[in-house]
Amino acid sequence: MSSVTVDGGGVAERGATYGDTGIAVEGVEKRFGTFEALKGVSLDVPNGSLTALLGPSGSGKSTLLRVIAGLEQPDAGRVTIAGADVTGVTPQKRGVGFVFQHYAAFKHMTVERNVGFGLKIRKKSKEEIAAKVDELLKLVHLHGFAHRYPSELSGGQRQRMALARALAVEPEVLLLDEPFGALDATVRKELRTWLRRLHEDVHVTTIFVTHDQEEAMDVAEQIVVMNDGRIEQVGTPRDLYEEPSNEFVMGFVGEVNKLGDDLVRPHDIQILLEPDGTTQEGQIERVAHLGFEVRVELVLDDGRRLAVQTTRQDAEERELELGQIVYLRPDRERRFAGA
Amino acid sequence: MRMGEGRLQRYGLRFVALGYLAALLVIPVTIIFFRTFEDGLGPPLEAITSPDGQHAFWLTLVCVGIAVPLNTIFGVLAALVLVRQKFRGKAILNTIIDLPFAISPVVIGLALLLVYGRQGWLGPTLIDNGIQIIFSTPGMVLATIFVSLPFVVRETMPVLQEIGNEQEQAASTLGANGWQTFWRVTLPAIRWGVAYGVVLATARALGEFGAVSVVSGRISGETETLPLFVENEFTNFNLAGAYAAAIVLALLALVVLFSMNLFKRKETEA
Repeated sequence: MSSVTVDGGGVAERGATYGDTGIAVEGVEKRFGTFEALKGVSLDVPNGSLTALLGPSGSGKSTLLRVIAGLEQPDAGRVTIAGADVTGVTPQKRGVGFVFQHYAAFKHMTVERNVGFGLKIRKKSKEEIAAKVDELLKLVHLHGFAHRYPSELSGGQRQRMALARALAVEPEVLLLDEPFGALDATVRKELRTWLRRLHEDVHVTTIFVTHDQEEAMDVAEQIVVMNDGRIEQVGTPRDLYEEPSNEFVMGFVGEVNKLGDDLVRPHDIQILLEPDGTTQEGQIERVAHLGFEVRVELVLDDGRRLAVQTTRQDAEERELELGQIVYLRPDRERRFAGA
Repeated sequence: MRMGEGRLQRYGLRFVALGYLAALLVIPVTIIFFRTFEDGLGPPLEAITSPDGQHAFWLTLVCVGIAVPLNTIFGVLAALVLVRQKFRGKAILNTIIDLPFAISPVVIGLALLLVYGRQGWLGPTLIDNGIQIIFSTPGMVLATIFVSLPFVVRETMPVLQEIGNEQEQAASTLGANGWQTFWRVTLPAIRWGVAYGVVLATARALGEFGAVSVVSGRISGETETLPLFVENEFTNFNLAGAYAAAIVLALLALVVLFSMNLFKRKETEA
């Protein structure tokens, strides 16, 4: 059903090595009691890419990530990492780096020992561990925090420590489960940019889970939209926004107005001051100034409400104001089968 | 006026709490202390350095020394199973662990007699093979294990629940096997909970009277622990000896309780 293969798209253009599949998921099903978390999911993640799993809560995105990591066993289907079937392999032997929403910091260890944990398990020499930890702490801008305990760090610092810890073992793939979900808005934006840059440096195949479409579009090269245990669409941020394959995707990656069976984005509606035969009449209910853009909320003559996005300049030039009667011309409407 | 009322309330509460402690705990223990040394240092010293007294002291340490480590290992295992795993009969296991809290120690002693005694279920077979449980040290150790069993489990479970299993999952993705994860991640995270359980179990094991009394046969110099020794001295009108032994017992308990407070302080610092 949801078997979607990525054609590479913008991702493939970035380098010759990106053609290979980093992670392949085939027909994975998972249920918890009577709840079907994954209903037959198939997905190819290109080697070295930065992919977002995007969906509302309960859509199965975290479960899919945990199945890839081996933290959940699928009831059916296969998982392949770098060409090797790892379906029955324990997380211990999968070579994945996993970052948890709530950091999962080892509270009784200093930052240094947290980051060095995986290397110590691998019986590396003290000098080797110290050198690697030092390098990673520089990479995540936690140099100088080596001897602190996690309780002495801020949320953003803890998450960067967790990331360094996951990277220390040089994993085949890096998996992040809502990595910025527990952080406040400013730190979240900062870490977003930082993760993207880090990926450019480190180039490990990375999947991160998020329910925030803006975050997914800002950070990821490829987005996998999930809903109700299935994959709805896979594509670049631009593909998803411009060419959504169904109503769910269109509504999830951006705001939409519903005009009968047609869906239209708020910035694809033109406001005219005079009717021209094809337009619909509406009355302005609210004009909200959001900085560069202005959001105009209208009520149509048949009582339906919709929102229009325009620029501040446009709104000012035409003196749009509360109670004014205007004429609307929707552009680029979409209609999906079965809607 | 409101501030005055608040202060009154605060002092009132403090008075009730401290008064209760003083009347029921501090005063009796203090009186024991004074009565012990009423006739000087001689009589109490003689009593606790007597062979029977010394034997009782060591036997108590043996019982505690076997029961508490066993219950610690079992307690941590049981807590892990109860918190981390789902299985049929979990609720029943959870209830059974509390049995020693609910059953009177005397009944526990009688139950052990019914299993290991001369007329018991396993007793005759064991005795035929030269193993005597009842009226000897093994029976007393068993009784001590029984009464001090729930403490480590009960103190460890909430801590395990609170830390969740994400740290363990993180360790496994970093390449740690089950044993390494337990040793390096789980145990350090729950250590203060376990330590607190150990302290409570030790205190309970030190003072156990009823169950041990039933299975011991109470042979002076052979199957007498400190609490039994205290009672024996008391019924033989050797009050100085009784008080002296009681003080030794109280001091042991105090050491244990102080170490508990030390643990608690570290826990809040961590």
